[in-house]
Amino acid sequence: MSLYKYSFWEVLRNSFTAEVWGQVLPAIGETMYMVGVSSLFVLVFGLLLGLVLVMTGKEGLAPCKAVHTVLSAVINCFRSLPQVIIIIVMLPVARALVGKSYGSNACIISLVASCVPLFARLVESSLLELDKGKIEAARAMGSGNLRILFTIMVPETLPSLVRAFTNAVVIVISMTALAGSFGAGGIGYIAVTYGYTRFQHDLLFATIIVLIVIVQAVQMAGDTVSKIILKRRHLI
Amino acid sequence: MDEKFIEIKQLYKTFHTKKQTIEVLKGIDLSVGKGDIFGIVGFSGAGKSTLVRCINRLEEPDSGTIRIGEREITALGRAQLNEQRRKIGMIFQQFNLFDSMTVAKNIAYPLKMAGLSAGEAGRRVDEMLSLVGLTQKKDAYPGELSGGQKQRVGIARALANRPDVLLSDEATSALDPQTTLSVLDLLKEINQKLGLTIILITHELEVIRYTCRRMAVMEDGKLLEQGLVKDIFQNPRCGTAKNFIGVYNKFRSDYGEEAK
Ligand SMILES: Nc1ncnc2c1ncn2[C@@H]1O[C@H](COP(=O)(O)OP(=O)(O)OP(=O)(O)O)[C@@H](O)[C@H]1O
Ligand SMILES: [Mg+2]
Repeated sequence: MSLYKYSFWEVLRNSFTAEVWGQVLPAIGETMYMVGVSSLFVLVFGLLLGLVLVMTGKEGLAPCKAVHTVLSAVINCFRSLPQVIIIIVMLPVARALVGKSYGSNACIISLVASCVPLFARLVESSLLELDKGKIEAARAMGSGNLRILFTIMVPETLPSLVRAFTNAVVIVISMTALAGSFGAGGIGYIAVTYGYTRFQHDLLFATIIVLIVIVQAVQMAGDTVSKIILKRRHLI
Repeated sequence: MDEKFIEIKQLYKTFHTKKQTIEVLKGIDLSVGKGDIFGIVGFSGAGKSTLVRCINRLEEPDSGTIRIGEREITALGRAQLNEQRRKIGMIFQQFNLFDSMTVAKNIAYPLKMAGLSAGEAGRRVDEMLSLVGLTQKKDAYPGELSGGQKQRVGIARALANRPDVLLSDEATSALDPQTTLSVLDLLKEINQKLGLTIILITHELEVIRYTCRRMAVMEDGKLLEQGLVKDIFQNPRCGTAKNFIGVYNKFRSDYGEEAK
């Protein structure tokens, strides 16, 4: 149903029909798969790189200028590329790693390449906000660096890390939709092929509704978790 | 009494920032007796914090030596230093409790590193809680406590591993007078009960007069004067000490009671 032939309300009403959702539902599954797997990678590697950034920084527990400078520069390189370009750049890498340059798994590689550096920076800024006095107290008690990292720095900044991760996941979701136009499938693919190419605006509306609901849910979940932690610690 | 339980000799420390270099410790010589409560007073920026932070090497001195008992602190390697730090408690102006842990977990933190079994650590935590009078707050989070209660937890945490020395950097400066008094009483009590050596830094002379037996006056990276608190109060020799005691007396006389 095209907006060029029907009124906005007619198209909107049609976007809730079984026919439309028959096409959208499977795409949601695909999108969820890509978002889920990518977010997991982003969490693990982003956290790791973020921790290394903070540890090796000038004010860090184990300052190491060489590691910090190189890592920082590499992260900046990835961060300076727009998402579209990262997707294009990662196509050959995806072909080498998963055998083809289209499909969900290929898309995951682009998502990870783009969002790991982003999340690493978010982790870094969360950890840098931690009161130095706490780290000092742990050092004064004879705690080693790794122990301080995992028993003080990460738990103390957990609410802020949860928020950072929530932001990262929202960006992963929006980028999944973008990757759809490069043959990744999922919601983005539906939006581009039917909504853009074939003027089936009822389908486009359906994808918009799905994206809004998913992002809203992720944001609410993140906010809630972070609030629960803060409440339990009586910090709010 | 071992009059030279802690001995600091010719300690120097310079900070280098982009803009300038500041010589913060200019040849500190200091000895503290075992079981003593030793006060260090001085104006802001005198280098007091830097001096105590050198004692557990949170700050690395440029030169000079620090000895506690038999151990040469300044000669320790990384691993030995961490081991030694477990025997030096420290409390802070901002308490520095871990917000992610309950009171009990805060106090147990140094015990885990010392390798105590869970059961033993639990008993030690209870013992510490009753020492500082916070048994009721065992499962509370620091976020629920008042400043005075937080500092009590800080003291319990610092003492949990039975250190020989307690370093206190302005530990009462963020507290109201009444709470200050109760924390100082607690420090005096544990000093007597446990025979703990305490080094107490402050810019409040009344804190030193109330708590310490011996004291030193610090100014601009140097110790101008050290001795018994009562001697220095009666007969301050350096200008800074006179100045401090003059202000102190003025405050007291304004309330109608001249210091003796
Ligand atoms: N990490 C640092 N880098 C550079 N300068 C420093 C550093 N730490 C302390 N200083 C400087 O050293 C001097 C002494 O600082 P210190 O904290 O030891 O003083 P203090 O006697 O404890 O003062 P206060 O009563 O305000 O706590 C100050 O001039 C301070 O600016
Ligand atoms: Mg200070």
